[in-house]
Amino acid sequence: MLRDITIGQYYPADSVIHKLDPRTKLMATMIYILSLFIFRGLAGFAAVTLGLFLVILLSKVPIGYMVKGLKAIVVILLITVIFNLFLTPGETLVSFWKLRITEEGLRNAAFMTVRLIYLILGSSILTLTTTPNQLTDGLEKSLRPLNKIRVPVHEIAMMMSIALRFIPILIEETDKIMKAQLARGADFESGNLVKKAKAMVPLLVPLFISAFRRANDLALAMEARCYNGGDGRTKMKPLKYKGADAAAYLLAAVYFAVVILLRSFM
Amino acid sequence: MNFIEARKLVHEYIRRDENDNVESILTALDEVNLDVKQGEFVAILGHNGSGKSTLAKHLNVLLRPSGGTLWVNGKDAQDAGNIWDIRQSTGMVFQNPDNQIIASVVEEDVAFGPENIGVPTTEIWKRVEKSLKSVGMIQYREHSPNRLSGGQKQRVAIAGVMAMEPKCIVLDEPTAMLDPNGRREVLEAVGQLGKEKGVTVILITHYMEEVIRADRVYVMDNGKVVMQGTPRAIFSQVDTLKSYRLDVPQITLLAYELRKAGVPVPEGILTRQELVEALCQLY
Repeated sequence: MLRDITIGQYYPADSVIHKLDPRTKLMATMIYILSLFIFRGLAGFAAVTLGLFLVILLSKVPIGYMVKGLKAIVVILLITVIFNLFLTPGETLVSFWKLRITEEGLRNAAFMTVRLIYLILGSSILTLTTTPNQLTDGLEKSLRPLNKIRVPVHEIAMMMSIALRFIPILIEETDKIMKAQLARGADFESGNLVKKAKAMVPLLVPLFISAFRRANDLALAMEARCYNGGDGRTKMKPLKYKGADAAAYLLAAVYFAVVILLRSFM
Repeated sequence: MNFIEARKLVHEYIRRDENDNVESILTALDEVNLDVKQGEFVAILGHNGSGKSTLAKHLNVLLRPSGGTLWVNGKDAQDAGNIWDIRQSTGMVFQNPDNQIIASVVEEDVAFGPENIGVPTTEIWKRVEKSLKSVGMIQYREHSPNRLSGGQKQRVAIAGVMAMEPKCIVLDEPTAMLDPNGRREVLEAVGQLGKEKGVTVILITHYMEEVIRADRVYVMDNGKVVMQGTPRAIFSQVDTLKSYRLDVPQITLLAYELRKAGVPVPEGILTRQELVEALCQLY
């Protein structure tokens, strides 16, 4: 059951999007998310849709695979739709009992749904086409200016990449402890929620102890290999912008301009 | 001067209660003297709790001596300014292969050490390739470490240390968590480092079979060095070794029992081949 957890899921493919610098993709995703909250009217909607599907096509990630990711937000979607539908004041279209659906409500609900779906689709392109390592490298480099206000950017990026490295190890360990406890008669399945939560204690305590032990070992091993923070470190795979990145930045800028223009003139 | 020189090295683990009063003192190293020459293969043997891991951590300055002197590569380990120099000249491989691999791709993990000491990018690529080749793991360079066997992970860890081009590599029970196949792989890789690259190897272990190839053996018990000499000289003293709760290799034990039973085989037989030859000469 624990094998189903996928974090930072990456879809390997040989596409233009995969080859872009992670910083470019981060920036483009930011612009895209901004544009989702700026666009207005059908023309704006068309521009955003065109942009999104163009990128999905370029990324060579099958669309069915992406839509699967939407399952996680079905509940949120329903709640937004219901609230927008019934609670927006305006001209009544239909009314029954104490509830009424307004024209504005209908429009709001539609746009909010589209926004949320596009938000998930758009940002999942980032994680689907970028390996976790590239992502942390990209974050570290683009957030470097924050170092000046004493945000430990390098340390945060290092923690992220170590966390990603240890997720499978800890999952395996959880599995092992679970089996060991099951062999001794522990019951993780039956009972109500409270009982189930209590049953997790003999699982979590050993897991935490082992995680701390691992952290201690790892810190020693890192020190033994001369790790001394981010200063003076070089990179095996330094990030370098290529021609495609310039083109991508340009396209993102054009896309953003179009969305803004459509908003102000339509 | 020797590559490593320890004189009356003492390390105490001090346990304190909440008010910072000393509760108990455990002397893990008790006036240890150690001399290792450049290019030597030295093994340190000892039972659990004999202080051998504590000694290993001193050679890399992960622990600082409580007393005595320790010089590594001509640098004083008591001087805080020398820490990074010493760590660069003396690499260390630990027991648990999972807990010392930092990156999620093999080649990136090997690059971690060189990255830390500021090696330029092109040079890092060369070093990564060279050291992965030297442990026979080059075909796995783009794999995730999670899919490798214990022996393979440990060889990646050795490659990670070798990529820093140290003069000496300390292995702290590198085979304790491995199956027999993994143990053999790792020991072969270690043996090659010493012979081909001229790297000083310090192997810490409690498996006696692993130290047969060493130039010299130190035996530790209770924080003290209690025996030292060539493997042959050490293994001929079967009774003394037993008193330190160490198991002699089977072949040596067999030869020892034969001698006791009146068969005149020479002392300190280490390998099956030697025993076969000795027995054939007798009859």
